[in-house]
Amino acid sequence: MNIQPFLFYAFALILLCAALLVVISRNPVHAALWLVLSFFSAAAVWLLLQAEFLAIALVLVYVGAVMVLFLFVVMMLDVNFAKMRERFRSYIPVGATVGILVVVEMALVLIGGYLSPAAVQNPAPSPPNFSNTRMLGLQIYTDYAYPFEIAAVILLVAIIAAIALTHRTRRESKYQNPADQVKVRSRDRLRVLQMPSEKKGQ
Amino acid sequence: MTLPLQPTLSHYLVLGAFLFAISVVGIFLNRRNVIILLMAIELMLLAVNLNFIAFSYYLGDSAGQVFVFFILTVAAAESAIGLAILVLLFRNVGSIDVEDLGRLKG
Repeated sequence: MNIQPFLFYAFALILLCAALLVVISRNPVHAALWLVLSFFSAAAVWLLLQAEFLAIALVLVYVGAVMVLFLFVVMMLDVNFAKMRERFRSYIPVGATVGILVVVEMALVLIGGYLSPAAVQNPAPSPPNFSNTRMLGLQIYTDYAYPFEIAAVILLVAIIAAIALTHRTRRESKYQNPADQVKVRSRDRLRVLQMPSEKKGQ
Repeated sequence: MTLPLQPTLSHYLVLGAFLFAISVVGIFLNRRNVIILLMAIELMLLAVNLNFIAFSYYLGDSAGQVFVFFILTVAAAESAIGLAILVLLFRNVGSIDVEDLGRLKG
C-alpha cells in the first residue's frame, strides 16, 4: 500500500484552502499566516516530487525571511483595513469570472491531449545514494555559473534599493559631517569684536 | 502497484492551475490593498514553481529545479523592494491604496 497519493491529496487540499483564505481573509495578519501555511504545504508537495533542497529552501527563505518581513510591515503600518474592504463585494463577480476563465482555459490545455496520462510515465525511483542537493550544486556552479552570479547581483541591487528607498536622515542624531569639518575656515568659528577700552576702577 | 489515484503529472499541473487561478481572483478581489496584492503575487510564483518542479521530476530534467532556484531569488528581491515601496507609500501618503501610488511621483 502506497501512502504517497494520500499525502499528495491531503497537502494539495490544505494548500488550496490556505491559498483561498489568503485572498479572502479580512485581517492582513491572518492572510500572512495563511500564506505561511500554504508555503509549508507547497514545500511538502515539493518533497513528494523529490525536490528536497528547494523544499527546505522554500521553508527557510520564504517562511523564515520573506513572511517575517511581510508580518513586520503589516504590523508596523497603522492602516484602517476595514475601510479598504468597503468595495470588496462589488469585485466578487468580475473576480469569479476571471478565475473561472483561467481554470477553464488551463483545463482545456491540460485535458485536451497535450499531456495524456500515458504520455508521461512515472519516473523510476532514484538510486539510494542520490543527492538532490549535490545535483543542484553541481549544475549551479558549472552550467549555470553566470546566471548564479547575476542572481547574486540582483540580490545586491535589492538590498541597496530597499535601503535607499526607506532610509531617511534623522535630525535628532548627532553625527559628524567630515566634509563640513574639512572646509571650515577660521572666520566661521571666530569673530573678533572691536570694543572701546574703558577706564579702570569705575 | 499503481493505484488509480496515484498522482501523475496532470495532477500536479491541475494543482498549479488552481493555485494560479486563486491568486488571480485574489488580485481582483483585493485590488486596493497593496499588501494582499504582493501576497497574491507570491502565490502565483509558487504555482509557477510547482509546475517547474513537476515537469522537472516527470521529465527527468534537473534544469527545472535550477530555474526554480533563480525564481525564488528574484521573487525574494521583488518582495523586498515591493515592501520598501509600500513603507514609502505609507510614510508619504498615509494609506496603502493602489490608487494613491501615483502620488509618489516626484
